[in-house]
Amino acid sequence: MGQTYRAHGPRRGLYRHTVHDEQPDTSAGDRRPSAEERRAVVRQALSVSVATGLYGVSFGALATVAGLSLAQSMVLSLLMFSGGSQFALVGVVGSGGAPLAAVLSASFLGVRNALYGVQLGPLLALHGWRRALAAHLTIDESTAVATAQPTRALVRLGFWWTGAGVFVLWNLLVLVGAVAGDALGDPQRWGLDAAAGAAFLGLLWPRLASRAVALTVAIAAVVAVLLVPVTPAGVPVLAAAAVAIVLGQVLPRPREPHLASPASPKEES
Amino acid sequence: MTDLELWITVLVASVVCLGFKLAGHYLPEHWLGDPRVARTANLTTAALLAALVVVQTVANGQEVVVDARLPALGAAAVALALRAPFIVVVVLAAGVAAGLRALGG
Repeated sequence: MGQTYRAHGPRRGLYRHTVHDEQPDTSAGDRRPSAEERRAVVRQALSVSVATGLYGVSFGALATVAGLSLAQSMVLSLLMFSGGSQFALVGVVGSGGAPLAAVLSASFLGVRNALYGVQLGPLLALHGWRRALAAHLTIDESTAVATAQPTRALVRLGFWWTGAGVFVLWNLLVLVGAVAGDALGDPQRWGLDAAAGAAFLGLLWPRLASRAVALTVAIAAVVAVLLVPVTPAGVPVLAAAAVAIVLGQVLPRPREPHLASPASPKEES
Repeated sequence: MTDLELWITVLVASVVCLGFKLAGHYLPEHWLGDPRVARTANLTTAALLAALVVVQTVANGQEVVVDARLPALGAAAVALALRAPFIVVVVLAAGVAAGLRALGG
């Protein structure tokens, strides 16, 4: 699901504190939010869910075009439930990559969800099945909405409404897209192959703000294009990940540590 | 890929991704809290997405091909620069590629 929301969105205050400090900032603490504040959070969560759900249609269509059955597309969406990884898997499968290359590409893109969990865990403070459920709903969108809220109560409200809202709408619209993709026939006639590239660019775009990321992206793109003619499908994508891991060690540390972050959600009016 | 290989790919990748999500919520924070880990994960995400853009746009099997996908990606970039919503960007790219192919043949 997309990091399609721009960084000029609402407050990022709590998010920054929880990321950069040893302890999560609980100073905004346990103040009871007003009904108006709660409504604003739910509204934001739902607008993010609708926007994300809509491009579930494009994922469903692309998955079908790449050769996944309806059942495979739905199992992937329900169980993996992480848009970037899902797009990566069908991208590698569609280009004829080996199973291992597809698994590794999707997995590398899933690592960031672990880092989101580290930030969300102390804020949500859950136990038992609720904690496992929260882990499954930990994605770009739910993290971005939750960590943009000023109090713990609103963090939780934002997390659950966004996580559940995206889960329901994303999976529903992936189903619609997969059925539609089947009916479309030749994918090239509809430009669906070009749509896949544009989908990845849309996921990448909000991340380009930092210089280290822009440099890494440029090098990764060059490495990938050079490797296409000389390596099996799927390898160029994995080589790009290797490039990033090396650069992560050698690039000078920015003054303000640049951490894995979802782009902040934009409240749509 | 055979149907069985595809099922295994889907299930293994899904379980690994779910495992990462659970690790974030259940592992001790200091295991993943190192800024270097976070920074490398951030760069890796961006690099993977960049490589996927390249492969989807210019690769045709093991050939590098310039075709209708490239101007379509250019249109997508312009739309993103103009802050168009994700779905508009994707549909626009598909429309440009489909239109160019319809004109070209």
